[in-house]
Amino acid sequence: MAEAVDYKVIGTSPVRPDGVDKVTGRAQYGADMNLPNMIYGKVLRSPHAHARIKSVDLSKALAMPGVYAAVSGADFPQAQHGEIGGEGGGDVADLAKNIMARDKVLYHGHAVAAVAARSVQLAEAALEAIDVSYEPLPPVLDLDAAMAVDATLLDENCFTKNLPEKPDKPSNIAAVMQLARGDVEAGFADADVIVEGEYRIPMAHQGYIEPHACTASVNEGGQATVWCCTQGHFEFRAMASKVLNMNIADLKFIASEIGGGFGGKTVLYLEPLAILLSQKSHRPVKMTMTREEVFRATGPTSGTHCKVKVGAKKDGTLTAATAWLAYEAGAFAGAPMGPGAMSIFAPYRLDNFHIEALDVLVNKPKVAAYRAPGAPQSMHAMECALDDLARELGMDPIDLRMKNAAEEGTQAPYGPKFPAIGFKACLEAAKQHPHYTRPIPEGAGRGVAAGFWFNVGMQSSAEVHINENGTVTVVEGNPDIGGSRASMCLMAAETLGVTYEQVRTLIGDTESTGFSNVTGGSRTTFATGMAVVQACEDIIAQCKARAAATWGVDEDQVEWEDGQAVPAPGVNADVKPLSLADIAANAARTGGPLLGRASLNAQGAGASFAVNIADVKVDRDTGKVDVLSYTAIQDAGKAIHPAYVEGQMQGGAAQGIGWALNEEYIFNTDGVMENAGFLDYRIPVASDLPMIDTQIIEVPNPSHPYGVRGVGETPIVAPLAVIANAVRAATGLRINDLPFSPPRVLEALDNA
Amino acid sequence: MGAFAYVAPSNLEEALAVLKEHASAGTRAQLLAGGTDLLVQLRSADKTPRTIVDIKKIAETNRIDIGSEEVYIGSAIPSAVLNENTELAALFPGLLEAADLIGSTQIQGRATVGGNLCNASPAGDSIPAMIAAGGVCVIVGAKGTRELPVEDFLTGVGKNALEPGELLLGLKFKRPGPRTADAYLRFIPRTEMDIAVAGCGVSVTLDQNGTCTAARVAIGAVAPTALLVPAAAEALLGSKLDDDALTAAGAACTAASSPISDKRGTVEYRRKVVAVLCRRAAAIARDRAKG
Repeated sequence: MAEAVDYKVIGTSPVRPDGVDKVTGRAQYGADMNLPNMIYGKVLRSPHAHARIKSVDLSKALAMPGVYAAVSGADFPQAQHGEIGGEGGGDVADLAKNIMARDKVLYHGHAVAAVAARSVQLAEAALEAIDVSYEPLPPVLDLDAAMAVDATLLDENCFTKNLPEKPDKPSNIAAVMQLARGDVEAGFADADVIVEGEYRIPMAHQGYIEPHACTASVNEGGQATVWCCTQGHFEFRAMASKVLNMNIADLKFIASEIGGGFGGKTVLYLEPLAILLSQKSHRPVKMTMTREEVFRATGPTSGTHCKVKVGAKKDGTLTAATAWLAYEAGAFAGAPMGPGAMSIFAPYRLDNFHIEALDVLVNKPKVAAYRAPGAPQSMHAMECALDDLARELGMDPIDLRMKNAAEEGTQAPYGPKFPAIGFKACLEAAKQHPHYTRPIPEGAGRGVAAGFWFNVGMQSSAEVHINENGTVTVVEGNPDIGGSRASMCLMAAETLGVTYEQVRTLIGDTESTGFSNVTGGSRTTFATGMAVVQACEDIIAQCKARAAATWGVDEDQVEWEDGQAVPAPGVNADVKPLSLADIAANAARTGGPLLGRASLNAQGAGASFAVNIADVKVDRDTGKVDVLSYTAIQDAGKAIHPAYVEGQMQGGAAQGIGWALNEEYIFNTDGVMENAGFLDYRIPVASDLPMIDTQIIEVPNPSHPYGVRGVGETPIVAPLAVIANAVRAATGLRINDLPFSPPRVLEALDNA
Repeated sequence: MGAFAYVAPSNLEEALAVLKEHASAGTRAQLLAGGTDLLVQLRSADKTPRTIVDIKKIAETNRIDIGSEEVYIGSAIPSAVLNENTELAALFPGLLEAADLIGSTQIQGRATVGGNLCNASPAGDSIPAMIAAGGVCVIVGAKGTRELPVEDFLTGVGKNALEPGELLLGLKFKRPGPRTADAYLRFIPRTEMDIAVAGCGVSVTLDQNGTCTAARVAIGAVAPTALLVPAAAEALLGSKLDDDALTAAGAACTAASSPISDKRGTVEYRRKVVAVLCRRAAAIARDRAKG
């Protein structure tokens, strides 16, 4: 268990080691790899949202001068069913069919063929020469209509999973799940006040600035090397191996720097195409998506339809709650309904609840993970309902949450009992925060809401090399999305007792370091950090052994203090302490280079809670919502690098505010997305947002050597309801559906 | 991107010769000033070969003349240059604030109001402001020079009155007299980097008592082209630009509008908001005119 300790380097905020290259343009991103004889791949995408593919004829494209290869679904091995773990996982066959359609196209923009040619222009021209014959089918675009008994089916072999008995008819409902405890009816009977709400949120995109890009080169021995932007090159390798039926040992994946991922770069799209095209053309193939392709064919998160009902006593004690949560999966099963269901009531002590969640197929892009997948949508419903409940009870919304807040020992709705958690500490901090105690500006409204994310552990590996002069090289396998190199350097420096500047961290490729799961689930600083700490402890043990041998004492007579080996107290040895540099300099004579290693499957990722506060102003003539001030308060366990923790909190708030105010997929009746660009898919620009104030709470995670909790995902959870509750306060109106685009808000104001 | 040729004539005669050549051959020539619209359009599906005629190097398109009677702004003057001109800012604050809304700071280093006008987007921000300020297009072609009020220059979505062989040399405005001021407002869901859902430019002249003696009101993004709305000006004339007059002018803008519903706004929303913008812009223009 981590104690309140005075750390030397942990808790400082030095500049990230990759920073200079990133701000000067030297850093290599997904599209930056260029190789001799490289050619360019492009994807032909479906003009229909739903259609049967009758035939694909590549011959005219292949006959064009300068076109070196073309592939369609027929060029892929038969897609086998089977699960792939991890955040970008799911069913292998679905993954394969999403990468390249086989018998059917299931959304507008679904890949049906790909070509590689001497230039991008030529590749684009070749796409136009591909003949695809379609039999268009009616698109299923509405979540509720998709669930109707007589709905058009996306997949005639989709039978709803997890029902007590296998249904006799196929359905667009791919799966349901239930979570329940206690007696809901009795709980509601016990309630003095019951509130209910029904909320709809459309699909939204992660909005990473860097489009997907990769370069693949396959040699004549069949070995492939792939450079790509990814959140997890090891899992990309595993997925590519299954989709292409290739030996993992024949695949090498090298992760580039990454220009944003937010969950969306855990999914394989272009890489298998580039490998196949390279195999056929015997040349390296580069593929990059346009922004439009990113919107139409990669990872949005689910649109949802949620219903929630909450009962409470007059004093605010919650007596029962129910939730019905329908998530759009897009074209293939796999909406984040599970985490959505598991998180909705997680911040609260609740004896009686029932949750039903549904994973629903619609003719839209297959959803991918997006920061706390599923939680923002479901918790928006609960946090709005709690706000309404506080109003009905005449209670302060923070007090109502405090009255019911989960704490150490509370059994989470998804099973286990919470160890030490920081929800109450966040609520207390919010109640006392100057933002909450100062008067609300004239005409504005103030909203609060809570956020939560489980966080995960999973597998990580790390190596620590001590260079000849005592400097330290850490090698690990997680692409650095949010400053994790700096955090690894800090944890290694703290453990070894050296300065931050003496440590460098690099991200190894799939052949040069041990397996690590994706950078996702807010796991990297927690799990990979733990591996780095353990690898440093391995180094310390070796250093102590070397010092003992040098001094002619037993190993247990040596201790490691402030970066040097010293005799243990009471050991009578007239020797000078040996620093890491001393031991490294003498390594050749004491057993060779120093190499520390650790690999683990990290357990005990501590949940991270948050409370956010916003003041908004609503223009009653135009319906425009302006966020005047915003404060994010979150438990980080222990902030290894506080500035980057704050960066996560601010970034998550910015994305959540964007989602609440303007971001949405707008489809026409044919299922074509009408706003596939940043002009009309409106993520906030800098001037749309106030300075997002932050307060880091530190309730150490007992399972991590330095108390770390993942912080990357929780920040996006609260903002949706915070904005909705602030607008409720400003206007007196509960607007249930997001986003709060000006036309929607004005309509609500005018109809009131 | 389709194939294209590029020419940058150094004077008007050369430019007109190039345009004439294409006009008589029936081949495609496209004018480029800042290029901020054209470069985006080059990437679209229309891959027909074309010759791009860059007019930035022509002296007459790059001149600003502020005379005692008339103000002339060359069609290739970028927004950033306009906005740094303090004399113009005092004369046409509304026109300049409209130019300042186009794109981003970086884009404004290139984007021109002449180009914004010729691109003839229904939502072009500077267009209602130019109409309100009484802008007149100076058009030059093989047959000489002709002039056309801005509101008559626009002929449809993306269409303007330039004949093959002609180019827009610049814009002329009558120098505003005392107690005259303009204002432009647009509505977007964000704070910047967006396209108007609706826009409204207003120019008013007041007498010494604060009574409106002249007014021009123009609206954007609510019809196939930006429109002059005489009925809105009528509502302002003779009034002290009080709330009733502003509301009546706003209602006239709503009545004159014929918007569409799209991803940026509904018909109903645009009709409401254009009235709001008219009221607010007219109030700003009034306060400016009062000094």
